[in-house]
Amino acid sequence: MASRRGRGSSGGALVRIWPFAWLVVFFALPCLLVLRISLSEVATAQPPYRPVIDWSAGLDGVLAAAAELSLDNFRLLLDDGLYWQSALSSVRLAATATLLLLVVGYPMAHAAARLAKRWREIVVILIVLPFWTSFLIRVYAWIGILKPEGLLNTALLKVGIIAAPLEILNTETAILIGLVYSYLPFMVLPLYATLEKLDGTLIEAAQDLGATPTKAFWAVTVPLSWPGIVAGTLLCFIPMVGEFVIPDLLGGSETLMIGRTLWSEFFGNRDWPLASAVAVVLLVLLVGPIVVFRELEARRSAPGAGGRTGGS
Amino acid sequence: MATRNEHVAVGAVRRNFAPWSEPGAEPLIRFDGVTKRYGAVTAVDALSLSIYEREFFCLLGPSGCGKTTLMRLLAGFETPDEGRVLLAGVDQAAIPPHLRPVNMMFQSYALFPHMSVEGNIAFGLRQEGLPRDEIRARVDDMLRLVQLSGLAKRRPDQLSGGQRQRVALARALAKRPKVLLLDEPLAALDKKLREATQFELMDIQMSLGTTFLVVTHDQEEAMAMADRIAVMGHGRIAQLDPPNVIYEQPASRYVAQFIGDVNLLEGEVTGRDGDLCTVSCPAVGSALLVASTEPSAPGQAVAVAIRPEKMRLGRGLPPPGTANAIVGEVWDIGYLGDWTTYVIRLADGHLLRASQANVARFVEQPLTWEETVHAVFAPDAAVLLSR
Repeated sequence: MASRRGRGSSGGALVRIWPFAWLVVFFALPCLLVLRISLSEVATAQPPYRPVIDWSAGLDGVLAAAAELSLDNFRLLLDDGLYWQSALSSVRLAATATLLLLVVGYPMAHAAARLAKRWREIVVILIVLPFWTSFLIRVYAWIGILKPEGLLNTALLKVGIIAAPLEILNTETAILIGLVYSYLPFMVLPLYATLEKLDGTLIEAAQDLGATPTKAFWAVTVPLSWPGIVAGTLLCFIPMVGEFVIPDLLGGSETLMIGRTLWSEFFGNRDWPLASAVAVVLLVLLVGPIVVFRELEARRSAPGAGGRTGGS
Repeated sequence: MATRNEHVAVGAVRRNFAPWSEPGAEPLIRFDGVTKRYGAVTAVDALSLSIYEREFFCLLGPSGCGKTTLMRLLAGFETPDEGRVLLAGVDQAAIPPHLRPVNMMFQSYALFPHMSVEGNIAFGLRQEGLPRDEIRARVDDMLRLVQLSGLAKRRPDQLSGGQRQRVALARALAKRPKVLLLDEPLAALDKKLREATQFELMDIQMSLGTTFLVVTHDQEEAMAMADRIAVMGHGRIAQLDPPNVIYEQPASRYVAQFIGDVNLLEGEVTGRDGDLCTVSCPAVGSALLVASTEPSAPGQAVAVAIRPEKMRLGRGLPPPGTANAIVGEVWDIGYLGDWTTYVIRLADGHLLRASQANVARFVEQPLTWEETVHAVFAPDAAVLLSR
């Protein structure tokens, strides 16, 4: 009996350790590697940087490294406007796209959740369907639509709405279109999941108590779909800040986005240490909003934190 | 927790309350030939009904009988396919739910989980745009009314089932509606709490003078609380009467069977002497005498409906010449403490239920299984049902 229990608990321990082990091997260690590279200097070598710590010198090597720890790469990021400008414009574009996604995605999710069960399933399949085509191909397709002699301009010219082709491709508008299009399922699905679970009698109760349908929406539906809003926002905002493919293909050469900057440092300039420093800063930039969102969510769902009644 | 001893005056005030029998009294709510269909199903079928101010009215019926649809028609969540719903003389057809002077207590309570108790109760008042002080005062009043003053800041998920029920009641009453709709208000409570809450609802209704319209499938609940009960079946009203009339003078076999226990003995009218009808029932063997004011001609198929508690049981065969004596043997005995229910098997296999109050603590020789007994009832203890 005792041995059986012993084996059972060691198996249980394995199950508990497993996710942490996974995170350590595939998240924490790579992060540390990147952090290490970001502290080193460029070298014409393979890989193209000089290691910070001279392991052959033992403890002395570690101490020497600590004494002359170089934060030069990070200092450069602050000094050269290019980097913080591209970080800033990434955050700005991602935030704008997230707002647009909420505006476009919320009504879609809301409408889908209100459909009869059979239609709901079909709509969910339709939302997921684009994933069956390569992401890259779908973004390329947008070039065909948005370019001066593309589908959109041809159609608009034919109908006579515009006299000259619109300049959309290689602008921020094109990036926003691409971002909203590509990330829409990531916004709609979490919203749909919470809205589908929403108890319809709560809306009836709000209306019964004198709230117009609009007021009932803002006072009941929106607050109760908050977890979906948070999840959708995080799922979209975070990868959009570091997005590379969409700005690269639709945004043209002048686009400042941190993902592109990172790419050109790595592969254009072969400056791994600087590129790693950019990656570290990007990570820190993204952890910020996650912490804020989690804090907001915790505060909202905290027991006894009443009083947020809305609708007044 | 749920005990209040203030429902003393209810009976006194209730005694003479019968606006439905006053000629010329204007009903507060009027369903006028209302029909509601869902696809091929007719939930409410050409139904007309009047409910008066201050009335405690129950819609009683099995699930699917259309009682909830009727309530939702009044709240505005459904629109009638035919007919009109009038409230204080005004046709409600064009009035959306949020503008109707009725409030509803939902079966699931439908409390807003993201708001405190206070916030839930204040919700309706905020929609009216009342000043802050007034809202606060009204919320405090409501909390006192349902005895939840200490729990104003709690969230619904921190409350017990009974407390949630009270919040739902307070929220629906806060706007001082003309009519309060209660959808299975006690269904989610356990038996003890349900009984206490019944009396509380009656007290609250009396003290506020609000018209209550309760939907329930629980006949005891309806009997205990209502001024009048509408027994519904298949989208129609089977009978509309005060509780005692529903019980003692059911209009049809359906009503008699739905309310309480009843023995239905099918037979045929063979003769009539004034109000006294002679009915021959194949199951019994002998003819039964039943008082009935309904005109019934000889040859008419009827059912003699007799409640178990209205029969007296005697040991052995009845003395010769006893009227309305049904002979059988004891088939089953259910001892309930205050009552004992006997199931008596008649000669042709029919089972008859008779219940006797256990007035004495000890009985020398109680009736036992397989013993021959006779059940006797007075001619006016039974009802003749032709429908």
